[in-house]
Amino acid sequence: MIEVEGLSHTYRTPDGRAVSALDNISLTVAEREFVALLGPSGCGKSTLLYLLGGFLPIERGVIRFNSTPITGPGPDRGIVFQHFALFPWKTVRGNVLYGLEKMGLPRADREARAREFIEMVGLSAFADSYPSQLSGGMKQRAAIARTLAVDPGTLLMDEPFGALDAQTRTQMQTELLRIWRRSPKAVVFVTHDVQEAVYLAERIIVMSARPGRIKAIVDAKFDREDPQLVRTQAFRDRVDEVWALVHDNTAEAR
Amino acid sequence: MRVAVHYLPIVLIVIVWEAVSRFGIVPTRSLPSLTSVVNAWIELVASGEMLANAAASIWRGGAGLAIAILVGASLGIAMAWWRPLRMLVNPMVEALYPLPKSALIPVTALWLGFGDASKILLIFLACMLPVTLGAFNGARGCEHVMVWSARALGAGRLRVLWDVVVPSALPELLNGIRTALALSFILLVSSELIASRNGLGYLIGSLGEAGVYDAMFAAVLTVAFLGFISDRVFQRFSQWVLRWRA
Ligand SMILES: Nc1ncnc2c1ncn2[C@@H]1O[C@H](COP(=O)(O)OP(=O)(O)OP(=O)(O)O)[C@@H](O)[C@H]1O
Ligand SMILES: [Mg+2]
Repeated sequence: MIEVEGLSHTYRTPDGRAVSALDNISLTVAEREFVALLGPSGCGKSTLLYLLGGFLPIERGVIRFNSTPITGPGPDRGIVFQHFALFPWKTVRGNVLYGLEKMGLPRADREARAREFIEMVGLSAFADSYPSQLSGGMKQRAAIARTLAVDPGTLLMDEPFGALDAQTRTQMQTELLRIWRRSPKAVVFVTHDVQEAVYLAERIIVMSARPGRIKAIVDAKFDREDPQLVRTQAFRDRVDEVWALVHDNTAEAR
Repeated sequence: MRVAVHYLPIVLIVIVWEAVSRFGIVPTRSLPSLTSVVNAWIELVASGEMLANAAASIWRGGAGLAIAILVGASLGIAMAWWRPLRMLVNPMVEALYPLPKSALIPVTALWLGFGDASKILLIFLACMLPVTLGAFNGARGCEHVMVWSARALGAGRLRVLWDVVVPSALPELLNGIRTALALSFILLVSSELIASRNGLGYLIGSLGEAGVYDAMFAAVLTVAFLGFISDRVFQRFSQWVLRWRA
């Protein structure tokens, strides 16, 4: 369970300016909950994820992770970065193996697991390629495989499907839900795509423009096994509702 | 074949050289003919002089450079990682950078005499600078999301230094080492010319003083060749290490 209370964050630019990125954010994410984070560009979604990951110092407020305040990064919280952050000097396989090595898995298990996840994201043919030899969408999938392979208890995903084409995106959404069901975990999923948010998440947190505040929290519990889900009226109404909230945010920012 | 074409201009120079001295356009006193230089070279090798002096030089250059790389790379990365060290070392680097390193030749000779130690110290001091700067700039350029990635995948703070910061620093570090390699040759030969009783630099100087110009040219060409080969080999090595780059 993740509890965020009164969290604010201010960046300092090298020339001394203060940029307020998050203002008084409070939210909880339950043990096995899938939460989506929506909001206009620059509203602090990535910043919130970095704070949850323990990468940035917490200046105001607290983040508790299973009741203990977080103090730094750890393998209990896996993250997929918006700009992938793959190790360019490692191949796709090497990248995926990295976390598995840190887990101390025996070699054979590591190899098998890496192969499994590389296959899952459809990169088997590119397992020995370096990131510089991959397209944006391929890099993104490699980054997803690297994070999912270590099976973290909490998943922080920053627009993880942003660089993918519609078809691959749908595939990856299905895979993610499958993994989430098989090994339930808390997921905080940042996206710009309202339909994706409503489809994947059980709860949607809509943020307002800079400095990021929580504008609304919308429930979106649907039966995701239903292949017709996206065509049902209830689903489409929810998408419209959330879309209106996000759109309103954007208007405010102008 | 491509290599042959690439070095064609050098072959041309060699031909011109031979022609110029053979037809007496330039007196052989200033430029001995290539054939006499080659003969002198063979003689130097046969007498064992070439090998003994080359071995001395390679040992000095190699040892000085190796220590410079080890210390410089560690120092540069540590500086990027730890602010107090950066504040301590940066002004020294800035002050030393513009100093012509050959000015240190008499200093190290004064401290450590005419033997190996003074050359090794000189090369170490001079070569450490570009290596340190390369490692420092490379390590500072390491993207923090990369460090975060490693941390979130279970790497400890120190482990990240080796797993992420060092590989990120490699391109600039290798560039610095290449500069250091060239610098080591310059300092090696000049220090041996000035303050030594053996080594290739000494060989060049003593043969020149004795007026044995074809042998002197043979020694000069040997140094040039060693410098060229080591740079090529290093370039190859760098390309292999950085094969992950686009
Ligand atoms: N290192 C930084 N220094 C200064 N300001 C920053 C820094 N990083 C982010 N910001 C500012 O903080 C705000 C929030 O940034 P953040 O990256 O969290 O937004 P985001 O919601 O993820 O945007 P996007 O949807 O475009 O990815 C932005 O206005 C940005 O200008
Ligand atoms: Mg972002």
